[in-house]
Formats: sequence, structure tokens, C-alpha cells
Amino acid sequence: MEIKNVSFSYGDEPVLDNVSLSLTNGRRVAVMGESGRGKTTLLRLILGFIEPDSGEIVREDGEKPAVVFQEDRLLPWFTALKNVEAASEGGCSPAAILSDMELSDSMDKLPKELSGGMQRRVAIARALAFGGSPLLLDEPFKGLDPEMRERIAERILGYAGDGPILLITHDEREAELLKCDEIIRL
Amino acid sequence: MKALFKNRIFKALLIAAVWLFVWQAAAWAVGSKLLLPSPYDTAAALVSLCGTAAFWKSCLMTLLRVFAGFLLGMAVGSALGVLTAASPFAEELLSPLRSIVKATPVTSFIILVLLYLSSALTPFFIAFLMVLPIAWTNVAGGILATDAQLIEMAEVFGFSRAKKLRVVYAPSVLPHFVSACTTGLGFAWKSGVTAEVIAHPSFGIGKAIYESKLYLETPELFAWTAAVILLSFGLEKLVMLLLGRTVKWK
Repeated sequence: MEIKNVSFSYGDEPVLDNVSLSLTNGRRVAVMGESGRGKTTLLRLILGFIEPDSGEIVREDGEKPAVVFQEDRLLPWFTALKNVEAASEGGCSPAAILSDMELSDSMDKLPKELSGGMQRRVAIARALAFGGSPLLLDEPFKGLDPEMRERIAERILGYAGDGPILLITHDEREAELLKCDEIIRL
Repeated sequence: MKALFKNRIFKALLIAAVWLFVWQAAAWAVGSKLLLPSPYDTAAALVSLCGTAAFWKSCLMTLLRVFAGFLLGMAVGSALGVLTAASPFAEELLSPLRSIVKATPVTSFIILVLLYLSSALTPFFIAFLMVLPIAWTNVAGGILATDAQLIEMAEVFGFSRAKKLRVVYAPSVLPHFVSACTTGLGFAWKSGVTAEVIAHPSFGIGKAIYESKLYLETPELFAWTAAVILLSFGLEKLVMLLLGRTVKWK
């Protein structure tokens, strides 16, 4: 996926100005900036929910991004396991991914029965079970303590393999944890 | 004692006892069975009615009419809810119909429907007509209130249209549907029995209520009303038992 000179504004207010980045195999890109600088807007452009005012987003045929949204967006009527299974495309076992997210004992719980950090890990597990590429992570470690962040980051890297990763964050340490080789500041 | 008051069954029995006492006190004050029968007179009339085949036949016929009208109203109303939520044109075209059904007094409908349908079918059709806009509004509202973020998530993760319907829309509409069921059942009972009072089918609680009033058998009138309340309460509990589990996540 290539993002070429993309600009976007909400009405008269410019949000993104001439942003370019490349998400080819092996690339790990972090997009950083304070709140309201257009980080999530960039994600929405990449996903095709909105169209850029100028520039272009070149997607490869059959490219299916896996996303951890800024909000968990879990189905409240499904257990943790069923939430992950719903997105799974038959690659890694959803139960195994949830175990890697340290949620073995909580697979049968509904989202409302899980803490914020646990819900976050279910959302990460869902994106990993989907197995798409690139892996788009919008504030993926929200609500996780520092030790947990390290362990989860390692596992994300393990599952992503050589696939490209786009991390959206305001914390540079998270970019280090995911071994990002390029940082774009908005 | 405090623990006893916290017990739900004890509390419910206590509240019932208070209201029965109020009723009994009012009956004593009035002093005429014809104007206000006591709880005892009503219970005695109900027990006496229970011994007759006509009572059970009337209850069964009313139950069938009300429940069939309710089921059809829920089915057609839900289908219209889906249609109008999915198509703004359908909403614009059909919404006047919904407003008319909602605003027209039930008695006008009963008298009008009696011109076209038999007295036995009129209560069924009236119950259907009263439930229809309730199901319609709730289901359409439920679809439109489905979390847009979940719909986006389903698109990103490549859910098929059928899967989106099954996994996102249906569970999200279900609480609205269940709420339509409770409200709709109450409306079906009230309107169905009212239609029987006016239409006089061969058997029906409404007809029996009318005849009790005609012959000034007030304890029987109260007993028939109690039968409606008991049947309505029982049916609502049964429907909630079946549907309540489906919205456990709430």
C-alpha cells in the first residue's frame, strides 16, 4: 500500500497536508502526533471510509488490512472467543491467539465482564486472527501496563512476521516496542 | 425483619395485600355488590365461572385471537421496520400509514373493520393493527440505532451481508424487538377484548364482559376482567421467558 501526497480537510480546516508513506513488506511505520492532528483521519483514509481531497492511496489487489481501532469495537453480545472467531479467516486458532494475549481464563466472558485492558487485548487478538495485511494499529496499547505492553508488542511482531505495520500513537516508546523503522510526525 | 422486607416474594405479597385491603375497604364503604363487589365476591364469581365450559371456551377463543393478532402484527411490523429502515423512499411512502394507524381511535377501527370482517375475525384483526406500528417503530429504530462503529468493523473484517445481518444487526435490534413484544402484548389484549365487547363474537371474554354489564352482574364483570389480567400476565411472562435469554448480554 502506498499513500502519496495525501491532503484532507474537514470543511475549511486542514487536517492532513501532503502526507506520504509506504507500507510494503517488512516496513514498520509509526505515525505520531498530539490529539487532533489527523492520525485517526489518516487511518480512515487508508480504510477507504473517507476520500482524500488530493493525492492518492494505492492499494494492491486483494489487500485486506487488519485493524485495531482506537475504540475496541467488540460485539457486546459475543464472548471474547466468539469476537475473535467472528473475524478469523481460518489461519491461527483464535483460542491460541487469545492465550498469547494472556486471556486464557477469560475467553468465555462477555466484553462487559472484562477490564479495559483485557478488551484491548481481545481487539488485538481479533486483528491478528483476521490475518490481513497491512496491520493497522491505532493506539493499540491503551490501558495496558508497561510490562504487558512489552509482552504484547513482542507477540504482535511474532504474528505479523514480515508483514507491514502502521502504528498510530502519541507515545514514542510504543514505536520502539514495535521496532518501527520510520516515524512520521503530524 | 429487615431481611424479610428485602425478600422479593414477601414484598410482592405484602404490596398485593395492601391493595386488596384498599379494595375491600372501598367495597365496605360502598356497601353494594352491584356497584363495587369485594375481592371475595370477585374471587367467588371467578371460581364459579371456572366450573363452566363456556368460561374456558371464551378464554381460549380470546387467547387465540389476541395471540394470533399479536404474532401477525409483530411479523408484518418487523418486516415493515426492516424495509423502512433500509429504504428512505419506503419510509417516506409508508410513514403516513403508520401515523394514521397510530392516531386513529381503536373504536373507529373496530366499527370500520366490522363492515368487512366477521365478528370472530374483527378482534384478531384489531389486535394485529394495534401491534403493527409498535413493532414497526421499534424494529426500524433498532436498525437505525445500530452502532456505526460496529458496522465499520464488520466491513473492515470482511463480513458478508448475511453475516453482518446475523452477527451485527440482529443482536442489536433484538432488545428493541423484545421491548416491542412487551408493549405490543399489552395493546393486543386491551384492543382485542375491546373489539370483542363491540363485535360480539360467539365466544370471547369481551362478549362475556358486555353481557355481565348488561345483566348487572358486576362480580362476574370483575371476574372476567381478572381473567383477562391473569391471561395477559401469564402470556407476557411466557414470551419474556423465551425472549429474555436472548438479550442476556445487556
